[in-house]
Parts: sequence; C-alpha cells; structure tokens
Amino acid sequence: MTPIKTIALKEFKDYFISPIAYIVISLFLIVTGWFFFSTFFIYGRADLRDFFALLPITFSFFIPAVTMRMFAEEKNVGSYESLLTMPVSFAHIALGKFFAASAFAAAMLLPTLSYPLFISFLGNVDLGPVAGGYIGAILLGGAYCSIGLFASALTRNQIIAFIIGCAICFTLTIIDRMLFFVPESLVPAVEYLGANAHFTNISKGIIDSRDLIYFASVIFIFIFSTDIAMKEKN
Amino acid sequence: MIDVQNLTKYYGDFCAVDDISLTIEPGRILGLLGPNGAGKTTTLRMLTGFFSPTSGTIRINDLKMPEDTLKIKSMIGYLPESAPLYHNMLVYDYLDYVARLKGMDDPDRRLARFRELGRLCGLSGIMDKPIGNLSKGLRQRVGLAHAMMSDPDILILDEPTSGLDPNQIAEIRDIIKGIGREKTIIFSTHILSEAEATCDRIAIINKGKKVADASTEQLKQNARHRSLIRLTLQNAEITAALDHLKAFDASLDITVTDTPASEGISFELCSKEDKDIRQDLYLSIKKTDWIITELARQSLALEEIFHELTREGV
Repeated sequence: MTPIKTIALKEFKDYFISPIAYIVISLFLIVTGWFFFSTFFIYGRADLRDFFALLPITFSFFIPAVTMRMFAEEKNVGSYESLLTMPVSFAHIALGKFFAASAFAAAMLLPTLSYPLFISFLGNVDLGPVAGGYIGAILLGGAYCSIGLFASALTRNQIIAFIIGCAICFTLTIIDRMLFFVPESLVPAVEYLGANAHFTNISKGIIDSRDLIYFASVIFIFIFSTDIAMKEKN
Repeated sequence: MIDVQNLTKYYGDFCAVDDISLTIEPGRILGLLGPNGAGKTTTLRMLTGFFSPTSGTIRINDLKMPEDTLKIKSMIGYLPESAPLYHNMLVYDYLDYVARLKGMDDPDRRLARFRELGRLCGLSGIMDKPIGNLSKGLRQRVGLAHAMMSDPDILILDEPTSGLDPNQIAEIRDIIKGIGREKTIIFSTHILSEAEATCDRIAIINKGKKVADASTEQLKQNARHRSLIRLTLQNAEITAALDHLKAFDASLDITVTDTPASEGISFELCSKEDKDIRQDLYLSIKKTDWIITELARQSLALEEIFHELTREGV
C-alpha cells in the first residue's frame, strides 16, 4: 500500500504547486455557481437539486481536464521512464494517480459546501438529499477520474487525452437521453450504462446497492484498462 | 552477474536490437558504445524492465525477467537519457519521493542517505531549488542521485555525460569510477575516450548488432597490432615515390595525404603484417636522394576500430 500512498500524495501536491488547481477550481465554481444561482431565486426552493442535476455535465468537462496530464505529461517529459523503472507495479501507479485525482475532485467540491450553508439561512434544507448528493458526486467524480486516467494513459498528448476523456464521460452522461435511437430490446441495458440516472438516484438521498455497484464497476473497469494500456505500450 | 541472451527488439517492422548477448560480472564497468541510433538506449531500457524484449532472456543473479521484474527493478538504479525529472518539484522533495518509492520507509535512514548523496553528487547547496531552474549538469547529478538512492548493486546509466561541459564530464566520470569499485555499472556513450578512460570492458553495437565485445585492454592491444606509418618526403616526385614504395613492399596499403607543397609529399602506409617496417623503409629510401622529414608510427586508436566497425553502410 505504501507506494500507492506515496504516488497519490505526490500527485495531489503537484496540482497545488502549479496554477492548474486554482484555475480549474475557480472555473468550476464560477460555472456551477452561475448555473445554480441564476435560477435559484426564481424557483425559490431551498434545495440543491439544480446544482446536482448539472453536476454530471460539468464534471464530464472538468474531470478530464484534471486528469489529462496524469500520464500524458509524464510520457512527454520522459519522467514516465524513471517512474516505471522504480520498484512499483503498474497497478500501484494507476491506483496512486486515481486516488490523487479523486481527492482533487473532492477538493473541487469542498467550497460548494457553502451553498447548503447559505441556503439554510433562507429556508429549511433537507439534509438527506444534500448528503446523498455529495456522496453521489464523489462517486461520480471517482468514476470520471478513472475514465480520464485511462484516456491519459493512451497518449502523450494532453489535448487528445482531454478530448477522449470528455467524449467517454459525456457519452455516459447523456446516453440515457438518447434511448430513442436504441432498439427496444437493448433499452434496459443501455439505460443501466448511463451515469446520470444512477447519480440522480443517489442525489435524491436514496442509496441503492445497484447504483453503488455501478460506480464501483466503472472505476474498476477503467483502472483495469489503464493498467492494460500501460502494459501494452511497452 | 547479469546474463543477457539473444536479446531482440522490434518496433513494428524495424529491428532496433538484433540478437545481442552479454554477460557482465559483478563489480565491473561495461561501456556500451555505438553511433546514434545503434540501439544502445533500447538495450538499456530492456535491461531496466521499461521495455519488454520481443525475444531473448534477461537474467540477473537468479532472477529472470519478466517473472521477477519488480525484484529486478529494486536491484537496479537507472539514469535515463537526459535525466527526465519532475520540473516543478524541489530537489529535496523529489529525492524524498524517490526514496519512499524505493521502499526506504525509515525517515532517519532517508535523511542520512540524502546527506551522503548530497556530498557524493554535489547537491548539498541546491536541495531547496526547483528542479526546473537547474542547469543541465545539475539535473544530471540529481538523476544520478536518483539512480543511486537505494544503493543498488547494479547501475545503468544512459549517456550520463551527454550535454555536459568538460569539467562536469570529468566530475561525473570520477563519480562513476568511484562507485564502480563496488558496483556493476553499465553505461552507454558515443564518446570513445570516455569509455576508454572508465570502462573495464567495452561492447560496441551498430545497427542493433553487437560488433565487438572485449576488455578495454584487449581492444587497445588489437589496435596496436595494426600500425600506421606516416612518411613525409621532400625533393621527391610523387609517381617515382609511389613506384619506389610499391617496389619496397607490394603488400603495403598506401594513401597520399594532403599536405602543403612546401612540406613535401606525405604518405600513410598501412602494413598488413604485424612487424615494424621503419628500419627497412629508412634503409631503402636512404639509397635515393629524397629527404625524410617525417617517419613515425601511429598505433590505431580505439577510435579507428570504432570507425571501422560502425562505418560500413553509412
């Protein structure tokens, strides 16, 4: 476990050494804050439903931006070679980077905890959906981080990593709204693939094992694919 | 003991390393020589486990790739070409990261090792600087400290002195010689004098194939056997001189070299046989009215051997 921890800590610190972290977090807060509060006073409801409803879309752009450098930059600079020749396995590296990116996604969500705090001055906030929403957001963030990590492991170009990551995340987000293109027999299967529905369930405050298993499987599949992509390149 | 057998690596259709076998005894310094693109880096990358070979086996002591790759990696310290490092990290943070990944969990042991490496690689004054701000030579030393961190038995250095100034080259060379007394070192270079000065053994590769593999002494010995004689004559006609030399020894390989006319005519004579012909040559030329202004024997340097082995087909 120690190598995973070492790599995760180093990668997490890396975000805050360079200006990337501050830029991404600021942009994320501006985008989500603006979309949420622009309609907040019109509806006059003391909940975070609209904030969480938009999160899968914003995450599918922001998370790949966070993860795109993870492998692509190392390959480009060449430090990938130093890293791979140290006594750590591919899985250690992939998991270490995954935890760092997920922790960063959590750090990105941290300032938004002020929303429920402010709203609680305006009315009675139901804490169940808020707590569920944040749990769901962490799971969704983790799933998208594993996808972004996989995209980054495919290439040495950060832009390509970003676009591939966005494409996969965005597809998972909107796939359940595209069901009319799908033959009827496949509808339940494709519906299950969509991340949005699972996230919405959790953010309503309903924590169902099916949804947890969904996110756990996405994370597992993409970290495993990252591991394969790393091995394949050598 | 490193034992490499029939190592081959293809990139698609391109054969980068073709059937290379090497054995290296512990405590020796092996220099891997070759022109650019000969396959040096690829060979070293396979030894460190970064690339997996297309075919062939790598054994280190009783361990075998790829089954024991992780164990082998922990026995090897590797300095990749141009020492790629994380530019936004401080030197100390980077070394600390490396030490932790290499399994040095005890903070006291890490600190002691940093002090030792700081002295050995001359890093003491730059521990608090970001790596991105360092000069190439200093980065190379940080890379060297990375490679030596866990005091590994085997050090693999890919062009450790490339891009450094002569002082830095001398320093790095001293460090390599110093640690080479106890450790097995393999390093690649295209600078011959460097290999000659530091290595116990030299392997020359060209176009992925091993073309020579012998101790440095042996290679130099071979070179000495085939000597080259420089002869400069004044007062001589070029055709007459050539005729005379051919009559003297038909088996001589004669080339006329460019020299200013005022200095006479210069020849390079390469003898096929292993004997000194200078005496006989002098006696034979004494009979004419030419004046010998230069008659010297040059032993073929390592450089000549290198050229001979690697030039063909260029």
